[in-house]
Amino acid sequence: MSAPKLYGLVLTGGRSRRMQRDKAALEYAGKSQLARAMDLLTPLVARSFVSVRSDQLHDPQRTAYDTIADIRQDLGPIGGIHAALHAYPEHGWLILACDLPFLDRGTLQYLIAHRASGRVATAYRSSFDGQPEPLCAIFEPRSREIIEQSLARGQQCPRALLARNDVELLDLPNARALDNINTGEEYAAAQATLDGAAASSSPAALSSPPATGALRRLNVRYFALLREQAGRSTEQIETQASTPRELYDELRRRRGLTLAPEFLRVAVNDEFGDWRSPLSDGDTVVFLPPVAGG
Amino acid sequence: MNHFSLHDIDLQPELLRRQLQDPACGGYAAFEGWVRDYNDGRTVLRLEYEAFAPLAVREGERILTEARQKFGVARARCAHRVGPLAIGELAVWVGVSAAHRGEAFDACRYIIDEVKHRVPIWKKEYYQDGDSGWVNCERCAAAAPQPHQHQPHAHGAG
Repeated sequence: MSAPKLYGLVLTGGRSRRMQRDKAALEYAGKSQLARAMDLLTPLVARSFVSVRSDQLHDPQRTAYDTIADIRQDLGPIGGIHAALHAYPEHGWLILACDLPFLDRGTLQYLIAHRASGRVATAYRSSFDGQPEPLCAIFEPRSREIIEQSLARGQQCPRALLARNDVELLDLPNARALDNINTGEEYAAAQATLDGAAASSSPAALSSPPATGALRRLNVRYFALLREQAGRSTEQIETQASTPRELYDELRRRRGLTLAPEFLRVAVNDEFGDWRSPLSDGDTVVFLPPVAGG
Repeated sequence: MNHFSLHDIDLQPELLRRQLQDPACGGYAAFEGWVRDYNDGRTVLRLEYEAFAPLAVREGERILTEARQKFGVARARCAHRVGPLAIGELAVWVGVSAAHRGEAFDACRYIIDEVKHRVPIWKKEYYQDGDSGWVNCERCAAAAPQPHQHQPHAHGAG
């Protein structure tokens, strides 16, 4: 049985309380967040839509695209997701928040490639707290009923909903891809990064995080304190990290490792290695905490 | 001849010693490391060793080869325990045989010092107060700056 056709929805509905302005209109490298999100999403799905509240139905920025209006007001993101599943219940929906300035096409392609259409949803695990990220995720048709039951109980948090249900959880190939912005300072920092990337290199930089490159599949083994902190002895990850140093920085964020790299040595394929040597697909990497034999 | 090995059962010094016997050697020195009941002012109840085996053996063999070349000893042997150990148990055994006593003592000292610093083996101590810790790691963890933490994706975003 083939997977239901995939439609895409960009969420723009919420008023940004902390930023005091319409998030959809924020610009990076001269392009609004909404336009960036739609440009990333549209080539990857059969149809793409912008989620709107009833009071945004005449906003020219949004009506430049196909729109789906909330059915019930003031539910937050879950209201937009519900409206999409209600409008086209036979399709899967790739849901995307518009305020993800570091989101890249590779992250969406990876999500689609690993879609588990037999489950309620396919989502990324947050790099920060390990919880599902609902705002860059694929919701399958059967999620509609679960959302409606949640709403009937007064539960509106899409993250909690995914955490409670049968969801395919993926590790992010690029740990920063879903970093979002909620304050003016975060916006300024993201803007500087992305404007700089756009000015200095190819147009691809417009839609990519700063450290971009081919995905590698790497094996990681953990020992001693790092094993305990990572909560596992081994893992296999797909990553854009090209050196042990970049890999450690990513794993440190993702797994909450506390040891700074200057205290560690690195081994690649069972031999001591160099922090800056390029890694190859299939390499096994071990980060060695300070030793204490004898 | 040299050989470095990891063991999850009791080390047997008599068997290890026998591997160093050589008609050309007039001197033999050995070092035994035992599990002590205190460290850094705390009472230790037991400990656990963990090793990254392929690299531990490789690096251990390198140290033994260096010792033989550096001090001109004939044979060198080191065996290290992994897994849980009780107070008083034999944790590491080093033995060297050489033509004369001087190089045997020196090589033995060199091997145990290098093993402690270079071989990827880690020691976790369990203390009387219920606490436990990885030796040489906890202080680094405490001293290390925390990685930059971001907020999780806000529920109200979109």
